[in-house]
Amino acid sequence: MVLVKPVPDPAAAAERLGPDGRLDRAASPAVVNANDEYALEAALKLVAEHGGDVTLLSMAAGSAPETMRKALAMGADRGVHVMDPALAGSDTLSTARVLAAALRDIQADLILAGADTSDGGGGVVAPGVAALLGVPYLSYASKIEPDPVAGTVRVRRISPTGYDLLEAPMPALIGCTQALGEPRYPSLKGIMAARSKEIATRTLADLGLADGSVGGSAATTRVVDSRKPPARAATRVVRGTPDEAAAEVVAFLAERRII
Amino acid sequence: MADLWVIGELGPDGGLAHISAEVATLARRLADAAGGSVTGVVVGAAPETAAADLATYLPRVVAVTDSSAADHAWAAIAAERIAALVADAGGAGNGGPGCILIGSGPDGRDVAGMLSVLLGWGVLVNATGVEWQDGGPVVEMSVFGGKLITTSAFAGGPGIVTVRPGAVTAEGSGGAAGTIESIAPTAEPALPRVAVVDRVAEAGAAAPIEEARIIVSGGRGLGGPDGFTLVQQLADVLGGAVGATRAAVDAGWISYSQQIGQTGKIVKPQLYLALGISGAIQHKVGMQTAETIVAVNRDPDAPIAEFADLVVVGDLFQVGPAILERLSSRSG
Repeated sequence: MVLVKPVPDPAAAAERLGPDGRLDRAASPAVVNANDEYALEAALKLVAEHGGDVTLLSMAAGSAPETMRKALAMGADRGVHVMDPALAGSDTLSTARVLAAALRDIQADLILAGADTSDGGGGVVAPGVAALLGVPYLSYASKIEPDPVAGTVRVRRISPTGYDLLEAPMPALIGCTQALGEPRYPSLKGIMAARSKEIATRTLADLGLADGSVGGSAATTRVVDSRKPPARAATRVVRGTPDEAAAEVVAFLAERRII
Repeated sequence: MADLWVIGELGPDGGLAHISAEVATLARRLADAAGGSVTGVVVGAAPETAAADLATYLPRVVAVTDSSAADHAWAAIAAERIAALVADAGGAGNGGPGCILIGSGPDGRDVAGMLSVLLGWGVLVNATGVEWQDGGPVVEMSVFGGKLITTSAFAGGPGIVTVRPGAVTAEGSGGAAGTIESIAPTAEPALPRVAVVDRVAEAGAAAPIEEARIIVSGGRGLGGPDGFTLVQQLADVLGGAVGATRAAVDAGWISYSQQIGQTGKIVKPQLYLALGISGAIQHKVGMQTAETIVAVNRDPDAPIAEFADLVVVGDLFQVGPAILERLSSRSG
């Protein structure tokens, strides 16, 4: 089970907020969140080694199936798309509650999520989902080693000095990082196959959450204001011999009281 | 709402983590502005030292001893113990806090996410600044990789704020150390615990980059792992840490823990010295808020030339050693 989020393509640099303080999704093309691709790659490798299959889960607006198709083309087996008009403007608490509700219906040994997303980047949804489901949360993984016989999983969690080796019973939720390995490119065969793979849609009513407990109306946070960061001052360009350039760099650093 | 709690994290030596000293400083100023109280909470197998450190920043600290933290992942333990403390204090607004602040590092995020669902509180993430306005915290954060700055508030209820390194400079309260209450809860755990089987220190683990004042960083232009020797030498003489682009990490020249950018770390040092880095958007989002950016690059048209403060157009293997020599003679 892999959690994937469509995020505005960082390379397009078209992100803007609407008057309601929510992302204007029509203004920016969506891609699969990069850390989620590492999670998917890890899932595909685990399935190749240990058997099983990979299901994607997204809570997102109506255009999500387009980005989900790319993840299906990489080799995931099916997708589940939670979509409901009431979900627009959801905060991280709502998102965790909705994903947890969707996951309760699905039998998974491992749930993989990206460590954070490139848009908001809070990294708080996955631990929230784990706490709601009552499953162990193993975060910032650089290596995942399940032991199907013992029913446990071992994860290397990146630490400031190396890593902590974590162990917990399955099912478990794992927060994934780039250190798990480069995501594969979809093959032509994969792209063709993805077209016919199932993406099931779930509404809040399907999940038993159509009571106003989640979504924009239940948001616990609100955006007050947004603005572009101040532009940086003009760039100073230095040419010349290495020694002249070095002298100028050192003088610049001294001028700014950095050294 | 005007009562704040700060979650103190333990550093590798058992003392208070630097980020928690910053968060405590920020929370104390907010409490002053709000006319409210501020309390620190430290959860650990041996929280005493960190609690004593935190008491130099805050008037009141609660030290929660939970021996399971010695060999289990910290987040679930801390989240559960703190949620119980909030309930014991009477809940938000009834003696408990209206706002809980914690650092935005890996442990802080894990705790904030769990605490959010345990308490049913919202979270505002990655604060670069927090002010007190209209009876609540107003949080400034950088989103979409720094392309927008937003200010956000809680919609009337209590909430949790994760705070980025460098939001404020840590500063002690200046007065007498705060009081410390020690408790050792015995409630059975409800959240599943994750065992820490081993803590492995990797040879050559470099200085952490998130809190570094100066970062010297290398990219594809270094040509190979040997290029990082020059980067390391410059970092040493400047008293900084070593960073890298994803290309350098993917090539195996340096460990992922040093990667800056979209799928690595976000940094805001005083100086970012970039060697052989083109400045692609995926890297830019991790370092563009550095106070001063200096780049050495052969290509005058590289994207980094558009947002650096100073760009040297030249061969980094000639310019780099020349800078090193001048800096060494200065400091020597």
